[in-house]
Amino acid sequence: MTRTPQTSFLGRIDGDIAGILLLAALLIVILPLGLDIFRLNMVGKYLTYAFVALGLVLCWGSAGILSLGQGIFFGIGGYCMAMFLKLEASSPEATKIQSTPGIPDFMDWNQLKELPWFWEPFHSLTFATVAVVAVPALLAFIVGLAMFKRRVGGVYFAIITQAFAAILTILIVGQQGYTGGINGITDLRTLKGWDIRTDEAKLVLYFVNAALLIGCILLCLYVRRSKLGRILVALRDKEDRVRFSGYDVASFKIFVFCFAAALSAVGGAMFTLQVGFMSPSFVGIVPSIEMVIYCAVGGRLSLLGAVYGTLLVNWAKTMLSESFPELWLFAMGALFIGVVMVFPNGLAGLYQQFIAPKLRRLTTRRTDAPVAGAPIIPPHTAAD
Amino acid sequence: MVNPTDYLLAVEGLTVSFDGFKAVNDLSFYVDSNEIHVIIGPNGAGKTTVLDLICGRTKASGGSIKFRNRELTAMKEHQIVKAGVGRKFQNPSIYDDLTVFENLEISYPRGRTVFGALAFKRDAAVRERVAEIAEMIFLADHLDQRAEYLSHGQKQWLEIGMLLIQDPELLMLDEPVAGMSVNERKKTAELLNRIIRNRSVLVIEHDMKFVEDIAHRVTVLHQGKILSEGSMERVKNDPKVVEVYLGH
Ligand SMILES: Nc1ncnc2c1ncn2[C@@H]1O[C@H](COP(=O)(O)OP(=O)(O)OP(=O)(O)O)[C@@H](O)[C@H]1O
Ligand SMILES: [Mg+2]
Repeated sequence: MTRTPQTSFLGRIDGDIAGILLLAALLIVILPLGLDIFRLNMVGKYLTYAFVALGLVLCWGSAGILSLGQGIFFGIGGYCMAMFLKLEASSPEATKIQSTPGIPDFMDWNQLKELPWFWEPFHSLTFATVAVVAVPALLAFIVGLAMFKRRVGGVYFAIITQAFAAILTILIVGQQGYTGGINGITDLRTLKGWDIRTDEAKLVLYFVNAALLIGCILLCLYVRRSKLGRILVALRDKEDRVRFSGYDVASFKIFVFCFAAALSAVGGAMFTLQVGFMSPSFVGIVPSIEMVIYCAVGGRLSLLGAVYGTLLVNWAKTMLSESFPELWLFAMGALFIGVVMVFPNGLAGLYQQFIAPKLRRLTTRRTDAPVAGAPIIPPHTAAD
Repeated sequence: MVNPTDYLLAVEGLTVSFDGFKAVNDLSFYVDSNEIHVIIGPNGAGKTTVLDLICGRTKASGGSIKFRNRELTAMKEHQIVKAGVGRKFQNPSIYDDLTVFENLEISYPRGRTVFGALAFKRDAAVRERVAEIAEMIFLADHLDQRAEYLSHGQKQWLEIGMLLIQDPELLMLDEPVAGMSVNERKKTAELLNRIIRNRSVLVIEHDMKFVEDIAHRVTVLHQGKILSEGSMERVKNDPKVVEVYLGH
């Protein structure tokens, strides 16, 4: 990536950027033109998971740290946004039939008499927006510090993240009065007075989401192209060599874990805004594993692959669960096994192996003959 | 007798036990500035473990390791590296997925913190230094090649190069010529003799011909203890050494 900026049919732009432009065109022009607002909103929802998948590309793909608990961060991001929206929807006028007006309805149902202290700051949109990123990043920092400084890694780390996802779900479900319990935080209406339930709002939010996603891809690309990105790849392969080259390996792992958490949280917040609620069903073990599958199907070494993988798997899920809902879990399991056993680098790997060389030959034929046996660009160095 | 603290590296009473088995047992030896010090000994003698202890990979059960009068046993691995100790592993340990250039660049001693690495710029100084080292380790024509595709000998050189770019005062090499062809061995001996200037080298090696070529001083290790020490000439003729090591 850094040493071989590929010239492509788009001119003197390197392959990664060309791929991102293509995705941007798809998301910002083609899909909005081709889909009605209902379907577009659904794509918008799928795309919020792509933030998680991007984080996994860095954390799992680059650095080899598999987290089976990314739903935690997606969920917390979503909840932070939902708390703000819920407070706005719970003005004293709107809730005057409650025994305690001015607090969210589920609190009233649970006999709470006043707003819990940790809800107070969520009256402020600025605070909520900062919290969307800061709270998950902080939590990831604490978990990362505890795990990586002790050199917990690999399968152990994956299992521990899964345990955290389970714990958080239980906590949210159990503390109904503070969290809305199993139903989550529902009936969200306006953002600073702007009704988010209308079709226009959904369209605007779709574009905001798409733009944020493209921004995050560019950010990830920057990280991967920096020396830090190469250090992550290096420590995936030979952790000790990195350590004995003078790096504090744990701090790099903590960084990438926090970064992935923050990305997931942005997705979560955008989910809440577009779908209008947040519930523990996006936090636990099953959604966390599903998110890993999106990334695996697309290709864990490829930023763009992960986005396409997320879109495709979710589209398939919707299709399948509309007709055979009980089949979906089996299909997903089969998909995961298939990906791991047959094409470990996912769709992006297949693209790299079969399509990219042909494209390259097509586009370079005129200028110079293809070099026979030229080494294929290693998949991990490309974003597409 | 020189005061031990004048040595670059002073290992004293070093002991480590794995579940009661003393892999290194009350070991003391010293490395001078600009000395090539070779450790030899039969398989399982504890040679690799000694290097593990010095670089902080294994924690000592007892004893002290002083590097320029700083106690290494209390320091973290990356701090030991920053203090000036570089270590090559027994099996070539390089980053297969990165190019030779990127392998060397990662070892370049700048931008070693998270944010330093994010902001790191591949400037002229880095390029020049990488080119200079690549020249030294006979890999100047392979800079853009993925390290995975190097030959075994080239991987060994690359790892030596990754240490050289750190410019350590003490370079520790674990069997640097193992698995190399005769020609590669000669080149490696040449390389070591060239890079010795302004630094000390602690080498573990089985190849006696190679040891004779490079060693200033030899320590023979057996069952975690010193069997003999001195010049190659002396060690070679020590009956104890002949019996347990050179005899077969
Ligand atoms: N982490 C460990 N836990 C338990 N035993 C260990 C550990 N590391 C080394 N040993 C044991 O300590 C002894 C010394 O091992 P070491 O690798 O230092 O030998 P060596 O001299 O480098 O041998 P070789 O020439 O085969 O490389 C061996 O018996 C080994 O099994
Ligand atoms: Mg050894």
